[in-house]
Amino acid sequence: MNTITIRRNTNNIVKLLSFLATVLGIAFLIWILYTVIQMGSSVLKPSFLTSPTKPYGIPDGGIANAILGTAYITLMASLIGMPLGLLAGVYLSEFGSRSKLGNAIRFSANVMMGLPSIIVGLFVYSVVVITTKHFSGFAGSISLAIIMFPVVARTTEDMLAMVPNALREASLALGMPRWRATLDIIFRSAKSGLITGILLSIARVSGETAPLLFTALWSDNWVTLNSFFTQPTANLTVTITEYATNSPFAAIQNRAWGAALLITVAILILNIIVRAIFKEKK
Amino acid sequence: MGAIITTENDEIQPKQSIGDRIFKAITLTSGILIIVLIVGFFIQLAWQAMPAIQKFGLGFLTSSAWDPVKEQYGAATSIYGTAVSTVIAMLIATPLAFVISLFLVELAPPIIGKIMSQALDLLAAIPSIIFGMWGLFVFVPFMQNYIQPFIANTLGLGSTPLFGGEKMGIGLMTGGIILALMILPFMSAVMRDVFRMVPSVIKESAYGAGATTWEVTKDVTLRYGIQGFMGAMFLGLGRAIGETMAILFVIGNTPQIKASLFSSGTTISSTLANNFAEADGIFQNVLFELGLILLVISFGVQVLAQLWLNKVRKSNGGGM
Repeated sequence: MNTITIRRNTNNIVKLLSFLATVLGIAFLIWILYTVIQMGSSVLKPSFLTSPTKPYGIPDGGIANAILGTAYITLMASLIGMPLGLLAGVYLSEFGSRSKLGNAIRFSANVMMGLPSIIVGLFVYSVVVITTKHFSGFAGSISLAIIMFPVVARTTEDMLAMVPNALREASLALGMPRWRATLDIIFRSAKSGLITGILLSIARVSGETAPLLFTALWSDNWVTLNSFFTQPTANLTVTITEYATNSPFAAIQNRAWGAALLITVAILILNIIVRAIFKEKK
Repeated sequence: MGAIITTENDEIQPKQSIGDRIFKAITLTSGILIIVLIVGFFIQLAWQAMPAIQKFGLGFLTSSAWDPVKEQYGAATSIYGTAVSTVIAMLIATPLAFVISLFLVELAPPIIGKIMSQALDLLAAIPSIIFGMWGLFVFVPFMQNYIQPFIANTLGLGSTPLFGGEKMGIGLMTGGIILALMILPFMSAVMRDVFRMVPSVIKESAYGAGATTWEVTKDVTLRYGIQGFMGAMFLGLGRAIGETMAILFVIGNTPQIKASLFSSGTTISSTLANNFAEADGIFQNVLFELGLILLVISFGVQVLAQLWLNKVRKSNGGGM
């Protein structure tokens, strides 16, 4: 047997396998998207998006209160997690880039990003829900903020580290204090990268479910400024979980698909837009 | 040397104004909060788990009891399911991620490689609950009607303990496959970076000696980047261990240990998500202890992964 033929054949087989593996991965993406679109589009009409969730048997149930609740929870999570992440990122890049403490914080952030989100849910349950004695959308926001925090910190650090040192030296030489140089000059020149990092982290947490099971729970009511802090709050992902697993009725399961379609499309579009913008600026 | 301007950021301005000192203190506090939070996870979970730890002791880890009525609990069934589904996921995802990155970096025309990479990145962006829901309504029936009969009957493995028993579609194997699908894009993204990290000079010299693409990959790229590939495996492992929603819907949520991969089981995270709403008293403490076990395992995996990757970065001078 000719060794060159064997080697060539092996090579071709591996090439074919690697091509097939890639196609397989993308086929699953298409399969999942196809299912979500096909199942979800059957219920997706205007009233579905404007009327609140209703128990089985009551017609015209929608997901409007869950959409609003998810918006509340994600917005509040961003308000808490974003500044913390930005500030920690500033420390890592501008003050502690090579100090021992800086390395310890960076290491912890990397570790924390890999911890299961369900752990964060348990933590917030024991710190917030047990203390305040009720589930609330706000508790959900805290858990999502904790998940965002290290992600924003690490992307902020990476983006600020790309700003040339000459810019720091120039602004300091003009007599600017360090904090103004950071916030006015360095932040501005890293702007598109920072926005990208924040938006991607928002996209990521808005699809989180596990932590909300322990904190925000869900509800058929509309969220109000008061109930957000004191009561279980409707949100898309936990509604999907409830509808998909705890209901034998096709009508209810279809509502779960509608909600699934909405959140999947929203997250994918956000991802595509953010990546396109960032590539342009880069 | 005697450089006048040093590039070390801390030393640009020796004397700091009050505003700067406050600014630095605020950023430092935010940074330290990350460490505080991780320590807080351990303290809070251990605190809430304490009654269960005191009641069941170390035997909790090896006991497969799960009886809410008699209040007898053990972690063995959950740990077993987590381990088995994670191993299945790693066995599937690791070779797939490797050949996918091989294709995307070395074989595909640049434009096609780029488009396919972005498609895989989108797969990574899909929320895990969508994987779970799709798994429950689409993939479970697919497993039940095609894959499981194929393995058991067509391949004739149905008489072996590993693939015996009822074909319900749900179970450890289905959970493992869904997990593999979830960590696949993530692992292949890291592996693509490892492929790119290998200097082209080294690869070209092997090509110049007459090696085929596969030979270059297995004898040069794999050996050169082995640490990086192991790092990617660690990161994938860390994700798979704690994943909740994707597996909750398809694992079956039955606290049992059976040899067959077709049998229904449970994982630590799905036990938590499935029972927490109804749990009170010692049952809740038990769930917190399970959470603590999950935290210890994933913290260990993450620390090892990060230490390992730091070592790789140092020996390769960045780039990853």
